[in-house]
Order: sequence, then C-alpha cells, then structure tokens
Amino acid sequence: MSQIELMVAGGHEVIMEASPYGIEKKKLGMWIFIVSDACTFGAFLFAYGYMRIGTVAWGTPFGFSSILNGMIMTAVLLSSSLTMLAAVRAAQADDGAAVKKWLGATMLLGAIFAALHLREWFNLISEGWRLFANPTGGPAQFGATFFSVTGLHLTHVITGVIALGFVARGYKQGRYDQSHVETAGLYWHFVDLVWMFVFPLMYLMNAH
Amino acid sequence: MAGKVFAVVVVLVTLVTAYCVVTHVWWMPVDISVHGPKIDHQIEETILVAGLLFIAGQIVLASFVFRYGGATGKPKQIPGGAKPLVIFAFVLVGTEVLALSFIGSKAWGAVYFEAPDPSSLRIDVQAGQFAYYFRYSGPDGKFGPLHPELINEGNQNYFGLDPDHDPDAKDDIVTAEIGIPVNKPILLTLHSKDVGHSFYVRELRVQQDFVPGLSIPVHFTAIQTGRYEIVCTQLCGLGHYNMKAYLSVLSQSDFDDWLKKQAAMQ
Amino acid sequence: MAETQVHAAHHAPSQGFIRKYVFSVDHKIIGIQYLTLSMVSAFIGMALSWAMRIHLAYPDFRIPILGWLSPNGAPNGLMTPEYYLSLMTMHGTIMAFFVLTAAPFAGFGNFVLPIQVGAADMAFPRLNMSSFWVTFVGFLLAAATFFIPDGPPLSGWTAYAPLSAVGSVAGPGQGLGQTLWVLSIAMFCVASLMGALNFIVTTLDMRTKGLTLSRLPLSTWAWFIDAWVSLLAFAVLLPCGLLLALDRLGGTSFFIPGGLVFNDQLQPHSGGSPLLFQHLFWFFGHPEVYIIILPAFGIVSHIFPTFIRKPLVGGWKVITFAEIAVGTLSFVVWGHHMFVSGMSPFMAMVFSVPTLFITIPSVIAVLVWVFSLYGANIRFDTPMLYSLGFVSLFITGGIGGFFLAQPSTDSYLHATSFVVGHFHFTMGLSAIFATFAGFYYWYPKIFGRTMNEKLGKLHFWLSFVGVYCVFITLHLTGFAGSVRRYSAFVDDFMIPLMPAQRFMTISALLLGAAQFIFLFNAIWSRFKGPKSSDNPWGATTLEWATTSPPPFDNFGGRQLTVYHGPMEYDDEASVMQTSPEASIAGT
Repeated sequence: MSQIELMVAGGHEVIMEASPYGIEKKKLGMWIFIVSDACTFGAFLFAYGYMRIGTVAWGTPFGFSSILNGMIMTAVLLSSSLTMLAAVRAAQADDGAAVKKWLGATMLLGAIFAALHLREWFNLISEGWRLFANPTGGPAQFGATFFSVTGLHLTHVITGVIALGFVARGYKQGRYDQSHVETAGLYWHFVDLVWMFVFPLMYLMNAH
Repeated sequence: MAGKVFAVVVVLVTLVTAYCVVTHVWWMPVDISVHGPKIDHQIEETILVAGLLFIAGQIVLASFVFRYGGATGKPKQIPGGAKPLVIFAFVLVGTEVLALSFIGSKAWGAVYFEAPDPSSLRIDVQAGQFAYYFRYSGPDGKFGPLHPELINEGNQNYFGLDPDHDPDAKDDIVTAEIGIPVNKPILLTLHSKDVGHSFYVRELRVQQDFVPGLSIPVHFTAIQTGRYEIVCTQLCGLGHYNMKAYLSVLSQSDFDDWLKKQAAMQ
Repeated sequence: MAETQVHAAHHAPSQGFIRKYVFSVDHKIIGIQYLTLSMVSAFIGMALSWAMRIHLAYPDFRIPILGWLSPNGAPNGLMTPEYYLSLMTMHGTIMAFFVLTAAPFAGFGNFVLPIQVGAADMAFPRLNMSSFWVTFVGFLLAAATFFIPDGPPLSGWTAYAPLSAVGSVAGPGQGLGQTLWVLSIAMFCVASLMGALNFIVTTLDMRTKGLTLSRLPLSTWAWFIDAWVSLLAFAVLLPCGLLLALDRLGGTSFFIPGGLVFNDQLQPHSGGSPLLFQHLFWFFGHPEVYIIILPAFGIVSHIFPTFIRKPLVGGWKVITFAEIAVGTLSFVVWGHHMFVSGMSPFMAMVFSVPTLFITIPSVIAVLVWVFSLYGANIRFDTPMLYSLGFVSLFITGGIGGFFLAQPSTDSYLHATSFVVGHFHFTMGLSAIFATFAGFYYWYPKIFGRTMNEKLGKLHFWLSFVGVYCVFITLHLTGFAGSVRRYSAFVDDFMIPLMPAQRFMTISALLLGAAQFIFLFNAIWSRFKGPKSSDNPWGATTLEWATTSPPPFDNFGGRQLTVYHGPMEYDDEASVMQTSPEASIAGT
C-alpha cells in the first residue's frame, strides 16, 4: 500500500517536537481512568445503597473483631499511601535505591491489606455467607453486595501490587522514569481513597 | 439542481406528514375514561407546538437550500449573527417547553396524584407469561393473602390463594376477563408473578408496567360501556405479542349479573 | 538508547502483514478496521430488519436462509415468535453498539482525530489497538449467539431484568444466549472506555503548535465531548452488566425480587429490584443516544463550512457550547424512559423537565446549521447532501421527542411504534446519514480515491425518501396504539393497520436495497475510482494538509503550525489552518 512507502520515504527518524499543550500524557490518562473508575465504583455503591434501603432485616454480621480487622486494614492502606508518596519523592530526587525501597514497602503493605481482607472473606464464608446466601436465613443481599464491592476493590489492590512490581523492575532497569512512578502513585492513592468510602459503608454500617 | 430537488422533496415530505397527522389517517380511538380528555388535550397541544416547529424548521431549511443552492459571489452571514438564534431558542422554545411542562404536569397529576376514590371498586390483577388474571374480593370485601409458592396453573390457582387456611380468600373471585361497572371509580393493583409486563388499554388512556416484586396501584373511571382490549406492552418473552385480555365496561346491573356468574364458576 | 528514542517519537512503522494490517497500532488502520466492522455489522443488522419486516407484513412468506441458519428458530423458513424476538434483540444490539457507537466515533474518530490535531498517532497506540480487538471479541460473542442451539436472547437490546436475569426458565435464548450477550456488552464497555480515554488524552495532549481549543476542528470538538460522555456512561453500563452476570451466574439477587414463579416453580431468588436495573441501564442508555448523535453533530458541522463556503453562524462557540450542554444534560434525563415503569410519579415530573430543556441546545444546533445556509454558496456534493439530509431527519426526530418527554403524553405513546419511529429518526438514521456524509467526505483521504458521485447521489435520494416512508409511518401507527416488539399482530385493533405494515415493509426493502449501491460504490471506488488529490474539497483542516492517503506518521515527519480556526472560507477562496496567510473569514 502506498501509505507504507510514503512513510518510509518520509524519514521516520525525525523526532516530532513535544506538543506545546502536552502535560505528561500517562498522568493525564491515569486521571481520566480515575474519573471513569470512580463512576464504576459509584454505580456499585449505588446498587448497594438501593439494596440496603429496600431490604428489611439486612444482615449485619460484623462484630468487634471484624471492625478491628477493618481498622487495621485501613491503617495499613493509609500507611501504604505514605510509602507511595515517599517513593514518588524519591523518584523525583532520582534516588534509585530509595525508590526501590519505598515501592517495596508499598507492595508489602498492599499485600498485607489483601491478606487481611481475604482472611475476613474466609471468616464470612466459614460462617456461611455467600454471594447468594445468608446463614441466618434472612435476605442474602449483604453477601451479594459485600463480596462484589469489596471484591472489586480487592481486585484493584492486587492489580496495583502487581503493577507496582512492574514499575519497580522497569525503574531499576532504566526503562521507566519518575513519571511512571508518579502515574502508579496516582492509581494507588485512588484505590486508597475508594477504600475510605468502602470501609464505612461496607464495614461500619454492617456492624451489629 | 440537486438543491431544488432537495427542497421540493423536503416540502413534500413535510406536507404529507402534516396531512396524515391532521386528518388522523391512523389515530387514537375514542376516549372512554374520565381522565383521558386531559391526556388527549395534552397530545393535541403538543401536536400544535411541535408541529409548528416541525413545519417551520423543514420549510426554512428547504427554502434556504432552494435559494442559496449553487449561488456564487461573496457569501454573507445572517444579519445579527447567532445572537438572535440563541435568544430565539432560549425564549421561544424555552417558553414552549415550560408551558408544556406545566400544563402536562397537570394532566399527569390528574392521573397519578389524585388519591383514588375511597368507594372505588378494588380489583387485583396478576400478570404472568402470557396471560392476565383478575381477582374480585367477593362479598366479604377482603382479598386473601398471596402465596407465590402455591401458584399452580394446572389447578387454576393463578394467584397463589390458600382458601383452606385463609378465610379472606374463600370468596375471592378469579377471572380471565375483567368486567367493570360504568361510571364507577376502579382501583387496580398490579402484580406480576414472573417478569415485567404492562397494562395498556388505548381507550382508557392507561398504560402502566407490572414490576415483579411491586404492587402498583392504577385508578380510573370508565364512562362508556363496551368491550376493549388489554394488551401487554412490556417485552415479556416469546408470547408477548399474544398476551391480551378483554375489559368489559358494563352497566351496574349487567356487572352484578356477570360477577355472580363468575362467582358461580369458581 | 536508540530504541528509547524511537519509542519517544512514537512507534516505528511495523513490518509484516500481520503487524501492519491486523494487529496494527496505527490509528488509521484501526479506524479502517472499526469502519469495516461496523459496515459488516450494519449489513447484518439490516438483513435482520428485513427478515423482521417481512415476517410482520407477510407472516406466511418463507425465508429459506433463516431456516438454514436456525432449523429450530425458523423451521422451513417460517420464524417462530421467539426467533423474531431474538432477531429483534440482535438488530438493536448490533446497530446500537457495533454500528452507531462504533462507526461515527471510533471509526472516523480514530482515523481523523489524530490527523486533525497534527499528531503522529493516538496518545496510547497499543491501548488503541486493544480497544479495537476487545470490541471485535465482543462482536464475535454477540455473533456466536446465532449459532448456539437456543439462539440469541429475546429480551431486547435493553435486556430488562428479571427477564434477562433468571436464565432459561424465562424462555429460549435466555440461557447461554443471554450470557454471551452480557459478556459481549461488558467487552464493548471496556473497549469503549479505553477508546474514550485515548481520545481525551490525544485531544488535550497531542495538539500541534498553535492549535488552541478555539481553533480545533468541529469534528474533533464533538469527538472530544463525546469521549467524556462515553467515559462516564460506559463506566456505569459495565457494573450494570457485571451485576446482571452475577445474578445469572453467581446466584445473587440484585435485579430479581422474591416470589417469582416460572412454570409453577418458585424461584430461589429474593430481595432484588428490577427498577435498579432500569436505573443503571438508562443512566447509561440515555447518554448512549447522545454518544451516538454527538459525533454526527461534529461531522456535519465540520462538513458544512466546506460546502457552504463560509463559517458556521456563531463560529465554533455556539455549536460547541450547544454540544457541551447536550452532553451534560444527557446525564440527568434517564428517568424519561421509566415514566410508566412504576417509578414514583413525582420523579417522572422531575425527569420530564430537563428532558424538555435538552430541546434548547438541540434547537440551537439545528438553528446554527439551518441559518448558516442563509447567504451561502451551497455546493451539493454527496457529503453535503447527506449533511442536509441529516438536518432534516434530526428535526423530524426531535419533534417526536416532545411527545415522549412528557409523562402524560408518553403514558399513551410509550412502547408503541411511535417510539420506534422516534429513535430511528433521532439517533438511528440521523447518525447513519452523518456517517455516510463522513464516509463520502473522508473516503478520498482514507483510500486516495474518490467515490462515484452519480451513484452517491442516487444512494442519497433513495435513502432519504425511504427513511421517511418507513419511519414516519411508524410514528403514525404509533398514534393508533400499535405496540412495538410484537412478532405478529393478533389484536383486533392492530389488524386494520396491516396496509401500513405492508407499506413499511416494501419501503424498508427498497431502502435496504439502496444500501447495496453504496456497498458497490465503496468497494469499486477503492480499486477503480479516480485518484484523488490531497485536498479534493478545498477544505482547510489538517487532514487535508497531508497526502491522500496520509503517510504512516501522518505528516512525513513535518511539524505543523496552526494559524487559524477551521472555517476560513470565502466563496472560492479558503485558507488552510497551517497557512500563515491573513484570515479571510475572521475566525
């Protein structure tokens, strides 16, 4: 096809100037993704609210230990935002060793969060809660909303941990620069922020 | 040339459309309800308002295309630019839609915001794939409770009644057609046993969905005797097209006889 | 390090057929892929509508090919009621998603937007490639439903729960067919979200020197606004689809209330709400019609100045702000689909007001197009004829909106064929006409050859008249109460409408036949059409400042500078956006 020939003749090695309107496109892209993802979470939480208002005798399975667990999870995730911030600072200061250290710490905290969260899940499952079942025989809507909303959030956390791993490796190999760390940071803070909605709505409101 | 043809086609299409609407080639049937004239009036009002916009829009489009097609020389903008257009849209169309909202909400309010007459005849309607069933409370004036697990088409227990245990259900009358007395306020309660359905009687100017899990009240008064079709307008599955029942509006004495016959057949 | 540099200057031209034309990251190839997919989809969708129309008007007419496709659904070529509904569902799904959302936005947007902003490619080329291939997988999942034993789902493109949620007890096609359908739509959501993100970042971030927002071509403006609407709307359809999938596969009851009985069997679900489904669906569903129509606004506004040889009245601002207003209001009107659904009658009034008010920016847009013709030198090349046709269809479609926006009048017309006529005018055929306008307009740029004008005009006249014959008649039968989504007319009052049904069927067959003129023209011109110059229409935007077709990086490594807005026309004269000459139209 002629367009391919032209492009070869066009001398592709010429590097285009950066657009004068350009801000970092990865970061902008991440912001746009966050807007969209916030709507997705919003729709899940809307469904939860709709179910909750429309259900008599809503199941409230959480006792003190679960709330405590949830608070520890919250503290862990909040701390991970701090370590993420430190990683971004380190990347801005071009301090490779510190980037590695702080990204590692963030991943570790993320993994602890996921582990604590899964423990909560297994507790509920062992009590007999399912997506479609309530061990007390009441409405099953708690299980449906809890597992789907927190499952979506947990997927985000686990994806984040894996993505941070790729960023850390790319940074170490010199393929990635500070913008990648910053972009990953935006995502991580967003996931943290979502938890600030999920925790009171899904945990505190379901304590008995 | 193409411009002149375009203009002529647009004008023709507009005139034919307007003709069909004005001469009611296919039209709404006569209204038989008390609230219906308000809805009909609102439809006429809207035809007037929207119809004028339609004709004006198409004619202006056609005439500009006719006049300026293939023109040469220095093009010019409309005097005043976009400002008058924007003002026109805000003021004239804004007033139109505000007027429609206000008048329309009165018609809507007359149907939905007026409490049903306390002396209304209450009838339960159960919709299922692909039939309607109707229930009258019988002499005691009370409806027996519904037990979905008892619904059984084979036993003709369409509502899930338990007359052996519920005294209120004993004299409930279940029918496949709905008869109502003329000039008497009617209060229907719509339930669905499976998926969404709808209750649409063109002559009554009533359309209301059945939503599974909800009991939805509908009230109206019919002022003309006759036999009318109730059709389903909410896609409910393969027999959707064939889901219908008949509404008989009867004089009070005919209605009493009819109901007695139905009660005898239970 | 050399590798990093090439990466910084976007990707290098790919080698090998697969990388060049199949898994290509070049936005132009991806645009052509989207256009091809939607053209194939459009002909499938049209064939389905033919089958439906024939069945409605001539129920005894056998269609052997259907019998071959589905021996159960259409034994001996006579379709069953459930197969009619399956075809109807797939007609809506394929047309709304894979044609109307894909072609004017993803198709032309992909090909044209990066060139119009002077960029070498989209902001994220690989993400762009994934958008298309995820869409394609979604298409395959939808198409696969034709080849499974129970056939496609029968719950309509709106897939109202609980019909869509309870599984095969609700009818044939509600088993595997509906599951594949949900997965297909979820795929489409993901692809649309990726595409929208890419469009937004490209428009904001990749503009060349001097291309301020006020100088952006109007088509790019519309795609940009549209991308925002997509980004927010598909982000809600995705969870709606996921929750529906959970209800179907995970045993949850989000949309299924208790006490449902199918075949005398009580279902195990309880506590869900069918209205929740409707809210989530229409929160997406209403913006969706604007997702479909906004690119049409943009394409027509972009084509108009070229063929009237002067700027649009009000410049870029009036039309663009009208589009922004339409896009914003589209998120607060979804309840007008639910007037008779059992939603609170008070909410019906709340939703009715913004629905009526969305008329104002729509009227402003129409006034801009119509009054721009005043004092113009109109040229009637095929793209312009289609643009004028779009304006006429959009006016007609908008008029029906007045009736459906008010709960009182809607309570009579809801679910009648009036609604079908209305949305086919406003979003269906209007968007298709704008797509045709764009197709005839950009064809020389995409393939370097010109389409045949005579065939193009013939195609236009047949389509324009055909559309009015079919869809005005639908409005009229709607006034008589003819109910939509019926596979046969057995009700006493609908039988007298049969002459109208036959008229519509014959018109639809002719309308469809006219589309083969287009198909022939598009394929024939690709190989035999006269070679096109770089700027055959005498237009001013950046896509006309490069060769036809453009080179791999769009401008052969040139860095362009923009000096003007996109509407520098004055009769024969015009000034390219890239030309430093003085402005002649003061934009």
